[in-house]
Amino acid sequence: MTPALEVSSLRKVYANGFEALKSIDLSVAQGDFFALLGPNGAGKSTTLGIVSGLVQKTSGAARIMGFDVNRELYEARRRLGVVPQEFNFNQFEKVQDIVTTQAGYFGLRAVDARERTAELLKALDLWDKREQPARMLSGGMKRRLMIARALVHRPEVLILDEPTAGVDIELRRSMWRFMQELNREGVTIVLTTHYLEEAEQLCRNIAIINQGDIIQSTSTRELLSTLHTETFVLDLTAPLQQVPQLPGYEVVQSASDGLEVTVEKGQDLNALFQVLSEHQVLVRSMRTKSNRLEELFVHLVQEGRA
Amino acid sequence: MSNWQVQRVAFSTIVVKEVRRFMRIWQQTLLPPAITMTLYFVIFGNLIGSRIGEMGGVDYMAFIVPGLIMMSVITNAYGNVASSFFSNKFQRSVEEMMVAPVHPLTILFGFVAGGVTRGVLVGLIVTLLSLWFTDLAINNIWVVISVILMSAIVFALGGFINAIFATKFDDISIIPTFVITPLTYLGGVFYSIDLLPEFWRAVSALNPILYLVNTFRYGVLGVSDVNILHAYVMLIGFIVALTAICVWLIRRGVGMRQ
Repeated sequence: MTPALEVSSLRKVYANGFEALKSIDLSVAQGDFFALLGPNGAGKSTTLGIVSGLVQKTSGAARIMGFDVNRELYEARRRLGVVPQEFNFNQFEKVQDIVTTQAGYFGLRAVDARERTAELLKALDLWDKREQPARMLSGGMKRRLMIARALVHRPEVLILDEPTAGVDIELRRSMWRFMQELNREGVTIVLTTHYLEEAEQLCRNIAIINQGDIIQSTSTRELLSTLHTETFVLDLTAPLQQVPQLPGYEVVQSASDGLEVTVEKGQDLNALFQVLSEHQVLVRSMRTKSNRLEELFVHLVQEGRA
Repeated sequence: MSNWQVQRVAFSTIVVKEVRRFMRIWQQTLLPPAITMTLYFVIFGNLIGSRIGEMGGVDYMAFIVPGLIMMSVITNAYGNVASSFFSNKFQRSVEEMMVAPVHPLTILFGFVAGGVTRGVLVGLIVTLLSLWFTDLAINNIWVVISVILMSAIVFALGGFINAIFATKFDDISIIPTFVITPLTYLGGVFYSIDLLPEFWRAVSALNPILYLVNTFRYGVLGVSDVNILHAYVMLIGFIVALTAICVWLIRRGVGMRQ
């Protein structure tokens, strides 16, 4: 099947000589929920900028649903929706005018554009704000407005560059549900994010880009399976008199009534709890110390810098 | 949907958006030229003009009206495109068109049509105001319409190029202040170049706005200091050359793409 997004030998050198992309290859299957991760300045936005026509490549090729974004740009653009990182709409225009105007740029007739705009504004809880100038919206509403605008022509591939940056947790989760629903309807979703929890929860496949190179591109499950250890924080029912010795586990006291236990891949947690019970240590609650993907991400990026 | 249909809808979308923009801020776009031109009519036409008598064989007030209408049209056509397109760049809303299947020519023609619409609308307002001060009998309606439209197109294209290269708001007022306004004042709006010494008459002949003002004056009053055929050749040349430059700049993404 033709990939939804395909990038081959893509290179970008900016006018100041900075090489933002060093001939990268990337492929996103149709129907995928894909994350492109990387530290600031790694090349994520440049890659997505070239794919969406906002940045000119130096060499290489990018295709959307098999259509080259330079040679067959009209076919490619009709299939692509873009939600950029920065707000890029006229702040003085009304919310509904921003969406219907975008529909017009994609050739939707006025009647269809108004109908589709109403549908999207209702789905994204912006219908009550439709007559307001965009500058009156909160940050979260502006992000949703950009999502509505990107979906107005029913794209097959949706690119979201940091879609939930600066959005509160409740709204972030409602946006996740919306994106998952879109993905279930068959829209291929490619996102960049700094919230690695977001990528871990939503995305089936992940690529990590660092200093203009793709250093990892695989399934989320496979990526996480490369982690050798995981650290759990245990909240105990009573303060500890002394740190128990747990053979095979690395144990550190994090508070008077708290322990951090590092578990190696293959070790099961039942055995850990059994040993703790033997030492009369009772656990009230447990959580992972940090996001697993975050640990891996930091490790891979640091390795790349070494 | 064919690409042609997409371009047609995209073009009308840009025009509607542009018209909606300048109508929404009519206090900044339509009212100031109406007030300025009324002052010109009162001061130069009524007060000073009554002492001047005739110019170029016609009443002085009637003589200056075509030039003032043309001045309103070209400055507003230019200003609309320059400020609107730069504002689109500044707010990055130009990206809305760049990620869509909109042809560079569609973008250009849409903005130019918006500029021409504002220029012609302001021209109509000024024309209606001038009827308070003098009677206008149209000598050749086709010359009037064609020269107004072509002049508006040339200046709208100029405004587009200005906006492409502008990096801050100050940059879109440099050309109007230091080029268009002086050339307009020296372009025979208020006087016939027959009054000038031979040397300065020859220098004035190099001013393209002189041809626009006089050709429009010919369409209205039937009098002109220049051969109107020269004006049409010049206008067509400017339209072709500026359109080619604009398309080349958009395709290369100058001022828009990184």
